[in-house]
Amino acid sequence: MVLDDPKSAPATREDAPWQHDKKKEDLKHIGKPIRKVDARSKVAGLTRFADDLRLPRMLHMKLLRSTMAHAEIVSIDTSKAAALPGVKGILTGKDMPTPFGILPVSQDEHALCPDKVRFVGDPVVAIAATEEETAWDACRLVDVQYRELQTVGSVHEAAGTNDPRLHDYGVRGNIHRLENLEFGDLADGFNRAEHIREDTFWFEGNTHLPMEQHATLAHFDRDGKLTVWSSTQTPHYLHRALARVLAPLPAHKIRVIAVQNGGGFGGKSDPFNHEICAAKMSMLTGRPVKIALTREEVFWCHRGRHPVLMRSKIGVTKTGRITALDFHSFLDGGAYGSYGTASTFYTGALQTVTYAVENYHFRGARFFTNKAPCGPKRGHGTPQPRFALEVQLDKIACDLGLDPAQMRLDNLAPRDSLTANFLRIGSMGLGACIEKVVEGSGWKERRGKREVTKDGRIRGLGLACSSYLSGAGLPIYWNGLPHSGVQLQLDRSGLVTAFCGSTDIGQGSDSILGWIIGEVLGIDPLGIKVVTADTDLTPVDLGSYSSRVTVMTGNAAMQAAERARDLLAKGVAKKLEVPASRLVFADERVFDAEDPQKGMSFQDAVICTEAQFGTIGTVGSYTPPKSAAKFRGGGVGPSPSYSYSAAVVEVEVDPETGIYRVPKVWMAHDIGRALNAAVAMGQIEGSIYMGLGEAMMEEMAYRDRSHKGKRVFVHKIPSLLEYKSPSACEMPECVTYVIEDPDKNGPFGAKEVGQGPLLPMMPAVANAIFDAVGVRVDENPVSFEKVFAALQAQKAGKEARFGPANDDTGVPVVDFGEPLQIKTPWQGGDGTAHNDPHRTKKAAK
Amino acid sequence: MLRLPTFSYHRPKSAALAVQLKQQHGREAMFVAGGTDLYPNMKRRQQTPTQVISLQDVPELHQLEVLPDGRLQIGAMVTLSTLEHYPTLKLHYPGLQHAIREISTPLLRNMGTLGGNLLLDTRCTYYDQTHEWRESIDFCMKSKAESICWVAPGSPRCWAVQSSDSVPVVCAMEAEVELAGADGTRTLTADALYNDDGIQYLTKKPEELLTRITLPASGGWKASYLKLRRRDTYDFPVLGVGACLWFDGDGVVTKANIRLGGAGSYAIPATQSEQLLVGSKLTDELIAAAGTAAMKPARTMDNTDLDVYWRKKVAPVFVARAIAACK
Repeated sequence: MVLDDPKSAPATREDAPWQHDKKKEDLKHIGKPIRKVDARSKVAGLTRFADDLRLPRMLHMKLLRSTMAHAEIVSIDTSKAAALPGVKGILTGKDMPTPFGILPVSQDEHALCPDKVRFVGDPVVAIAATEEETAWDACRLVDVQYRELQTVGSVHEAAGTNDPRLHDYGVRGNIHRLENLEFGDLADGFNRAEHIREDTFWFEGNTHLPMEQHATLAHFDRDGKLTVWSSTQTPHYLHRALARVLAPLPAHKIRVIAVQNGGGFGGKSDPFNHEICAAKMSMLTGRPVKIALTREEVFWCHRGRHPVLMRSKIGVTKTGRITALDFHSFLDGGAYGSYGTASTFYTGALQTVTYAVENYHFRGARFFTNKAPCGPKRGHGTPQPRFALEVQLDKIACDLGLDPAQMRLDNLAPRDSLTANFLRIGSMGLGACIEKVVEGSGWKERRGKREVTKDGRIRGLGLACSSYLSGAGLPIYWNGLPHSGVQLQLDRSGLVTAFCGSTDIGQGSDSILGWIIGEVLGIDPLGIKVVTADTDLTPVDLGSYSSRVTVMTGNAAMQAAERARDLLAKGVAKKLEVPASRLVFADERVFDAEDPQKGMSFQDAVICTEAQFGTIGTVGSYTPPKSAAKFRGGGVGPSPSYSYSAAVVEVEVDPETGIYRVPKVWMAHDIGRALNAAVAMGQIEGSIYMGLGEAMMEEMAYRDRSHKGKRVFVHKIPSLLEYKSPSACEMPECVTYVIEDPDKNGPFGAKEVGQGPLLPMMPAVANAIFDAVGVRVDENPVSFEKVFAALQAQKAGKEARFGPANDDTGVPVVDFGEPLQIKTPWQGGDGTAHNDPHRTKKAAK
Repeated sequence: MLRLPTFSYHRPKSAALAVQLKQQHGREAMFVAGGTDLYPNMKRRQQTPTQVISLQDVPELHQLEVLPDGRLQIGAMVTLSTLEHYPTLKLHYPGLQHAIREISTPLLRNMGTLGGNLLLDTRCTYYDQTHEWRESIDFCMKSKAESICWVAPGSPRCWAVQSSDSVPVVCAMEAEVELAGADGTRTLTADALYNDDGIQYLTKKPEELLTRITLPASGGWKASYLKLRRRDTYDFPVLGVGACLWFDGDGVVTKANIRLGGAGSYAIPATQSEQLLVGSKLTDELIAAAGTAAMKPARTMDNTDLDVYWRKKVAPVFVARAIAACK
């Protein structure tokens, strides 16, 4: 492949934006409801998921998992299992002693627990057999002896239990992380406040519930090369974890192929023990090995929403402007680190990008507990504080007699500005979002009216807003490399093939490559071949997480396509004897703008260019802009751009039982520019659905029982039937508004849409319940029982509220130490902390 | 949930042959009607029969007819969706038709049968779990006789919950069921089919086969069913109120049957509520009082979805609304 002249298109786009200012009418494919490149196969049931893959001589693997919440492994006897006919391989923790984990700072997982189990479901033994049923039967023949350790079941217990520790790293005891960041002068902010509120909120954990259960097929071939097909959102990170644990097998002999995902939502973003076990088992047996997890095992993989306890003290002026925000979060992390360090920071990062916050103090603590590990779920770490903030603002509007919508509109964070915590806001369409849903829902006329339905239910409307990032500014592991790379190959047939490491988890990222490249090269997007998520064939993309793919892969694709276009223009210009700058790429042709008849087909353009310069291939890559936040911990939160959402939710509450339904939702989302409005609306409605589930019912709840000295601590009911998630019957009518306010950092101005619109659902439901029946539920999910309990309290003349104790007893006592102090931009701050002992030490060196 | 374990599948052509097969294989065998309950249970290894006796090919179990005296006779294998769309049921038994429509989902009702639903295994969040989960609590007495009941560890009995939507209303209507056994058939009232025990929840002998259900002729009475569950589909009832009231010509209640499903191991009669209603016309005050009287017999336990105390507290509201629906 011949590389083109890299100077032909600018690598940094400071002065050359990503075509964000292109007029809608000048775009041929972008914005149009073109079908997804993989839509037909999916609809017809032809897509092959990981569990559909089969290889000759393939073995089936099962994992024996811990039945104890917290215990030391005393002994493992696999002799009976080994003797069972059909069993071909057995692995235990000692076979894979190297720990791994998604973040370099928490390499605390093992493919199989070597000495200790930390939750019911932790894997201990892997067995492969010719039949899946045999492997399962063999697991039942293994004798594992445990020595039980004290179970740590909540943030309160973790804060009060220094010994035993789940891990021998972390801050102290069972505290995994402590963060303490102060931006500006809190005391001054509260002094200037005309109204101060303190509230305590609880957000129960919940899980992703993808339709597809995780599955992996691994094949270590006779040439010493390992191929792993897996339902993963992050093939690159899995590649790294495999190379680490399977060393000395070199990384270049490992190939990871991310198979089409049947839903991810963040639940397939970590490298998993079953993936590593399948690879190792194939190396051990010399045969392909497959594992398909059961639904219960998907609950053990988890990495879902952290349960978070929050205490928020907020000071506002009479118009609701936030002069000071003092926010504490206590995260129940579960048994391992996973993305938890990032999750902790995210509970404090994005409060500042919706409404101006003048002074801000964030304290976050993450604890280890004996539960399935938490991690990133759609909205990663931000829905919990968003719930707290949006409910608290609703209460403030009520206290001050303001319209909650107008109060928000009056205090929006300004566009093109730096926030108190040095996040750089670009385009900002929240105002337009609020106006749309206020108008659409009849907010001004209908709010507070408490209309009664025919069947005696009381109507209410609730409003909430949110923001989310379009990809993280920093990669998971420290490096200065691009976050996304795209290679284009142009064939004499006219075929354009795009190679990219990005992973389509249903959101449409494969299609986005096609649409952007098709737009730039003036060819049919559906004619472009897309090869993705294969570490042997495709350049690295960090993965499908943190809503990064449209912006990052999209920009890389645009750069590669522009370079291809420039190269073809050079070739065609010479052939037609017209200046390259006059050439237009459209309708599968390249032609002279001044004489459209003069031109050639796209295929001929490729042929004549190849004749002149040799085989044609171009590359593009993307690295996000440098962050303004230079303080320690400032790596979490910065993003090329922020999306905005606003929702109005209508509820109908049965005052006798607390049972309510949600008949209608109005959701507006500022997407920058919709690359495909139909797909964007699908993401928005999907978010409404998932958010509704979190708001109404979803709970990663645990059974905590003791009998004769033994404590049983296990997920309450890990099944698709009993882990309640809404059905089609609960899905409300959705009125969706796509707000376009192009952002200069996104391809054609695009921002994220996959996660942001989920966030307003939970607080909007809580606020709507208040509008209907005058009670506050300061806990998520806002389940029927809690509404009923608050109604009972109201009837008894007590505070009409359900939630954690709203004083210092509601949250654990934790010494957060001294905060890092960072001056805000308006105090003249430069984004560094002036009292960071680590930085001072480094500087001294 | 695992994949199905290996088992032998039998398809007898008559009820007598089915009973014979069951006798022959004893505890190793189980009858299967629609399979919507048994197969998921087998995938969780709650039940692991090596011999499964399908009733699909037994013609007499598929019969559905109105008897000369106006009673409706329903074969145990008649599917729930057949009944749901059966005009006679809609016309004369709207309460039961509603209960049937509340069962699970349209897809499962296409497979599920009335007989299967009447014999539905009792449910419990400590029991309806995969084998590995139950291993982690060292099982419960419904899985393993020597273990405890985790819902009430001090209790000598199992508290698994009656979870069929059809049972409360079929019992309230005083329907009759026919059982075929080794020594011929016998008929009993629906109420008499059930025991107050989570394990031995049926009074029938293991080899006895439920063959048909006979509903009383319509006229002079009205039945209703009201279900509490989290979602408007899929979910089993965590409270299912079946009510049936008989009226005289003046609208005075002459007899009342109220059964609370999902609130104990069998459909519990709300006796005090029934007594309050008899002899009076239905007024809002009377209905509310009858509802309130149903709180006590609702023995909700913490072994289903939704909060145990809340379920008990809202039981009066549901009972009152079910009674009101019989107006």
